[in-house]
Amino acid sequence: MEFAELIKTPRVDNVVLHRPFYPAVEGTLCLTGHHLILSSRQDNTEELWLLHSNIDAIDKRFVGSLGTIIIKCKDFRIIQLDIPGMEECLNIASSIEALSTLDSITLMYPFFYRPMFEVIEDGWHSFLPEQEFELYSSATSEWRLSYVNKEFAVCPSYPPIVIVPKSIDDEALRKVATFRHGGRFPVLSYYYKKNGMVIMRSGQPLTGTNGRRCKEDEKLINATLRAGKRGYIIDTRSLNVAQQARARGGGFEQEAHYPQWRRIHKSIERYHVLQESLIKLVEACNDQTHNMDRWLSKLEASNWLTHIKEILTTACLAAQCIDREGASILIHGTEGTDSTLQVTSLAQIILDPRSRTIRGFEALVEREWLQAGHPFQQRCAQSAYCSSKQKWEAPVFLLFLDCVWQILRQFPCSFEFNEHFLVMLFEHAYASQFGTFLGNNESERCKLKLQQKTMSLWSWVNRPSKLCQFTNPLFEANNLVIWPSVAPQSLQLWEGIFLRWNRSSKYQDEAYEEVVNIIEYNKELQAKVNILRRQLAELETEDSCGRPSEHP
Amino acid sequence: MEHIRTPKVENVRLVDRVSSKKSALGTLYLTATHVIFVENAPDTRKETWILHSQISTIEKQATTATGCPLLIRCKNFQIIQLIIPQERDCHDVYVSLIRLAKPVKYEELYCFSFNPKLDKEEREQGWMLIDLSDEYKRMGLPNNFWQLSDVNRDYRVCDSYPTELYVPKSATAHIIVGSSKFRSRRRFPALSYYHKDNHASICRSSQPLSGFSARCLEDEQMLQAIRKANPRSDFIYVVDTRPKLNAMANRAAGKGYENEDNYSNIKFQFIGIENIHVMRNSLQKMLEVCELKSPSMSDFLWGLENSGWLRHIKAIMDAGIFIAKAVSEEGASVLVHCSDGWDRTAQVCSVASLLLDPHYRTLKGFMVLIEKDWISFGHKFNHRYGNLDGDPKEISPVIDQFIECVWQLMEQFPCAFEFNERFLIHIQHHIYSCQFGNFLCNSQKERGELKIQERTYSLWAHLWKNRADYLNPLFRADHSQTQGSLHLPTTPCNFMYKFWSGMYNRFEKGMQPRQSVTDYLMAVKEESQQLEEELEALEERLEKIQKVQLNCTKVKSKQSESSRPSGFSTSDNSTANTPQDYSGNLKSFPSRSPSQGDEDSALILTQDNLKSSDPDLSANSDQESGVEDLSCRSPSGGEHAPSEDSGKDRDSDEAVFLTA
Repeated sequence: MEFAELIKTPRVDNVVLHRPFYPAVEGTLCLTGHHLILSSRQDNTEELWLLHSNIDAIDKRFVGSLGTIIIKCKDFRIIQLDIPGMEECLNIASSIEALSTLDSITLMYPFFYRPMFEVIEDGWHSFLPEQEFELYSSATSEWRLSYVNKEFAVCPSYPPIVIVPKSIDDEALRKVATFRHGGRFPVLSYYYKKNGMVIMRSGQPLTGTNGRRCKEDEKLINATLRAGKRGYIIDTRSLNVAQQARARGGGFEQEAHYPQWRRIHKSIERYHVLQESLIKLVEACNDQTHNMDRWLSKLEASNWLTHIKEILTTACLAAQCIDREGASILIHGTEGTDSTLQVTSLAQIILDPRSRTIRGFEALVEREWLQAGHPFQQRCAQSAYCSSKQKWEAPVFLLFLDCVWQILRQFPCSFEFNEHFLVMLFEHAYASQFGTFLGNNESERCKLKLQQKTMSLWSWVNRPSKLCQFTNPLFEANNLVIWPSVAPQSLQLWEGIFLRWNRSSKYQDEAYEEVVNIIEYNKELQAKVNILRRQLAELETEDSCGRPSEHP
Repeated sequence: MEHIRTPKVENVRLVDRVSSKKSALGTLYLTATHVIFVENAPDTRKETWILHSQISTIEKQATTATGCPLLIRCKNFQIIQLIIPQERDCHDVYVSLIRLAKPVKYEELYCFSFNPKLDKEEREQGWMLIDLSDEYKRMGLPNNFWQLSDVNRDYRVCDSYPTELYVPKSATAHIIVGSSKFRSRRRFPALSYYHKDNHASICRSSQPLSGFSARCLEDEQMLQAIRKANPRSDFIYVVDTRPKLNAMANRAAGKGYENEDNYSNIKFQFIGIENIHVMRNSLQKMLEVCELKSPSMSDFLWGLENSGWLRHIKAIMDAGIFIAKAVSEEGASVLVHCSDGWDRTAQVCSVASLLLDPHYRTLKGFMVLIEKDWISFGHKFNHRYGNLDGDPKEISPVIDQFIECVWQLMEQFPCAFEFNERFLIHIQHHIYSCQFGNFLCNSQKERGELKIQERTYSLWAHLWKNRADYLNPLFRADHSQTQGSLHLPTTPCNFMYKFWSGMYNRFEKGMQPRQSVTDYLMAVKEESQQLEEELEALEERLEKIQKVQLNCTKVKSKQSESSRPSGFSTSDNSTANTPQDYSGNLKSFPSRSPSQGDEDSALILTQDNLKSSDPDLSANSDQESGVEDLSCRSPSGGEHAPSEDSGKDRDSDEAVFLTA
C-alpha cells in the first residue's frame, strides 16, 4: 500500500481517548491509510473511526513520556489522544499530519472506498441536466440545451451541458464567454413557471477600465427578457468593489449598454473574510470560560450572523424581483462561483417547493453547486482550525446550508428534509468516503473519472433506510413562496453545527423522537381506520346488494 | 368617565411599525378600561384593543403634515403608533391616557369591572382551583420535622407574609418572633419548598439586621432549627442572592448578611444578582434594541450585550441551579435571602423549585408555584408592575425575568413542561392587565382587605378552562424529562441563553417562525384522539355486522358519515404567502415597482441599493454620467422585442465593442 511509508507506527496500545460527551476510554490506536481507529481492547469494538481527511489540525504536547495529541476536525469536533511513549506519539502525529494532507486527490479515500450497501440507484445518474431541462421544456420553448462546452473548452468551470436562450447560437456563446470572467457566460439557473421569469447567473463582465462592450453579451441578456419587460442585474459586490474590479479587467454591466436592466449592488463577503469569520465563531463557541458579555461580544465580532443576514437578504431580494416584480434577474459577483450560487440556490428554496424536498434539494446542490462549478476542493480544503490559511478557502457552502437552516427554522413544516440532512451535507463537503464533492468542477471530476472510480453520495443517501433518517416528520407540502424574516431577532446561531460538540443534544433528540412518535401514531391510526372503513363498506354493500361486492 | 376628554376620534391612522408606509385608517375610542382602534376597512373592521393598565408610556411626537403622532408603549411589549389629524384631539387623547394609565385607586382597575358572565359559585370555585394548603400536603407536610405555624395569624408578626407558614418543628413561637425582629421587615425564615426525597428544604427570609457586629440568639436558633429539620445533613447553605458589595453596603445601614462565625454549621454563599434598578434599566436598554427600526446584526447583538439582560437572566438561573444542586445532590437545606426577600429571593426559590420538582412543570403546578413563591410571600406586584400610580423607581421586571428563565429552560428541555410558550406569555400579559384579581396589591393582607376574591375573578380558573391552548404536545407524564430534577451542565454555557423574540417582539409577527410546531402537533394529537374514537366505533360496528351476517339476517345499517377532522394546516397561508418584513435594513419588500424610487421607504430596492447602483450618482461618474433616469433612456421604451434592440447597429458604440 502506498501509504505504508507514511505510517511509521501503525499501532499503539494503551492509548486513552477523550471526546465530548463520552467517558475517556483506553484502547489500541491503529492507523490505516485513510482512518484513525481506536478500539478498546475489552470487547473489540471501535470507539473511534475517523477519516484522516476530516482532520483539520493537530496539536501535540508532552508531560514526561506521556504524549497528548489533540485532533481538531473539520466538523469542529475536538478529540484528545493520550499516547504513552514520546516516540510513538511523535510518529503518530507526523503520520496523521501527512495522511490528512495528501496532495493527490486520487489518493483520497473515495478512490478506495468499497460500499457495503446495495446501490438502488446510481447517484451519478440521478440528476442529469437533460432531465432537469425536461421539467422546464413543458412550460417554455424559449430555452435550449447547449453542448457548446462539451469539451470544457469554452468555460472550464461549467458543465458540458448548459441551458441558454433559444435565440442565441453556440457561436455567440463562445464570444460572450470571452467577455465574462472565467468564460462563465450567462446561463439559466432557474425558470419560474408561475410567470415565466428566470434567474440567470454568470461571471462578471470584463469591461475593464475603458468600458469594453460585447454585443453578443447584450443580445444574450436581452434575449431572456420578454417583450416590454425589464430585468435586474444583482451584483453580489458593493459598487465600490465592483468598480475596483475594473482595474483588473473585470467590471459590471453599464446600464447605458443594458438599458432594459437595472443594476443592484449587494455586498456579500468572500474568501478570507468568511474564513476568518468561521474561525472566530468556532473559537467563541469552544471557549467555555468567558462570561455572557464576552460570549455575545465574540459572537458579534465573528460577523457570522451578519454574513447570514446579508446572503439571505440578497436571496430574498432576488426572489422578490422574480415573484413580486415579475422581473427576470441576472446574478453575478466576480467569478460567479460563490456568492452568486448562494443567492441563486437560496432564491429557489424560497420560490420553489420542489427544492424543499429531499430529491429537489439534492438536485439543487447538484445543479447550482456541483455542476455550476463551485470549487469544493479549494473551498473546503480546510476548516476552522487550520493555521496555514490559503486564500481560496472559505465556508461558502456552509453559509448556504446555514441559511437553509434559518429558513427551515422559520418554516419548520415546509421542508421534506430535517436538520440532520443539512449537517450530513456539511460533513461530506469537507470529508467523505464518496466522490461527489471531490474536484472543483465537472471538468476536473471528468478527468478524475469519479463516476467510474468512486461512489456518489446520492447513491448512499437515496435509499429508504437512509432517507428516513433525513425526513422531516413535520413536512406538509407547501406550494407557496416562503418569505423568511431576516431581522436579527429572527436569525439564530445554528447550534446543530456550531455547538454540536459543546453541549449535549440529548434533550433535543428526545424531543425529535417525540415528534416522530406523535406523527407515526397518527399515521398508524389513519391506516387502521381506513382499513376498517373499507371492510365495513364492503360488508355493507354485500348487505344491501345481497351479493359480494365486485370491487373490493 | 371623568378622565376621558374625548371618547372618540375619527380618521386616525394606526401606523404599521415595521413598514411605515402601511397604515390603517380608522376610529379611535377611549373607554373607561380600553383604548380601541377600529379600522375603517369595511370587510375586516379589524379592532385593536389596548387595556389602560398595559400602557407603559405615552409619547406625543412632533406634529407633521399628516397629523400628530402618538406613540404608546405597552407593558406587554406592544408598541402602537397613532397619527391623529388634529393637534387638539391628540392632546386630549394624550392627557386622558396619561391619567387613565395611572389609576390611583384599586377600584379603578379593570378587574373590578371585568365580568366574564360567571355566577358567584363559579367565581368562588375559580378561586379554589389553586390551594396552597393542598400544595404543602403534596410536599408531604406537616411531618416530623415541619409544622404549620400560626404565629403570623392576623399578620401579627409580618404583614407581608401569608398567615399560614411552615417552620421547623423545633422553632418555637419565641424563636420565630425573636428571629423576625432581627430580619428586615420581620420576614423571618420560613419554608418555601420541601424536597421529600431527602428531607432537604429551601427556606426564605429577608436579610439579617446584623450591621457590623449585631447578633440575635433566636435567629441563630432559627437557622439551627432549619438544619435540624434535615437530619441527614450537618450544615445548611445560606445563599445571599445579592452581589457582595451591595450586601456589605447594607451593613452600614444596620442590615447585612450572616456572619459564619456566629451561626453554627452554615455555609455562606453570595450569588450576585443585581437589584431592581439595574434590572429596570437593563430591560429598558434591551427594549430599545428591539425597537430599532432596522438594526444590523451587529447593532442588535451589541445592544443585547450592552443591555446586560441575558447576563442577568443567567445570574438568576445560576442561583437557582446552585440551590437545586445543593438540595438534590448534596442533600443540604438552603436558606435564601436578598434584601427584603421578595424579589430576587422569589425568583431564585421558584427557579430552584422548578428544577427540582416536576410538579411545578405542569400547568397546575406552575400556577401553584407562582401562587406560593410570589403571591403568598408578598412579592409587591402593585409596585413592581405599576398597577397603581406610584414611584417609578419601584417598577422592575422581576417576575418577567422569572418567566423568561422558565422559557430558557423550556428551550433546553423541550419535553419537560406540560405547558407551552403561549402559557407564559399570557401569564405575563395578565400580570400587567389587572383583568383578574390574582396579582393585585403588594401582599396577602392587602388582598384580604380589598376582598379580592369576592369582587374579582381568578386568572388561574380562566387559564385552566382554556388549558387546551396551553399544552405542550411533547409533554408526556411518563417521559424521562418529566421525572425528577432537571440537570443542567456545570460549564458556563452562555450560549444556552437566547434572546426571547417570542416575548419581546411578539407583536411583530413577521419575526416569529411562520409555522408553529406546537400548534401543528396539537392538531395531530387531537386528530389522533378522534381517530381512536372512530376506530373503536368502527370495530364495534364491524363486529355487529359480522354477527348479524352470521345470523343471516339482513340489517340495513346506516352508513354514517365518516367524521374525519378537516385536517390541519401547517402554515398560516396568508403570512407565508406574502413577503415577510425583511426588517433589518429592509422592513418589507416594496410591493410597487422598484423603479419608482421612493425615498421614504427604507426598503431593499431603494437608496443604498437601487440608487447607489447607478454609479453616476456617486463621485466618480465618468463615462456613465447621464444615465440616472434609465426609464427615459430606454431606447425602445420596452415596446420592442429585446433581441431586436440589441441587434441594432450602433455605429457610435462600435469602437468599444468587443470584437470576438
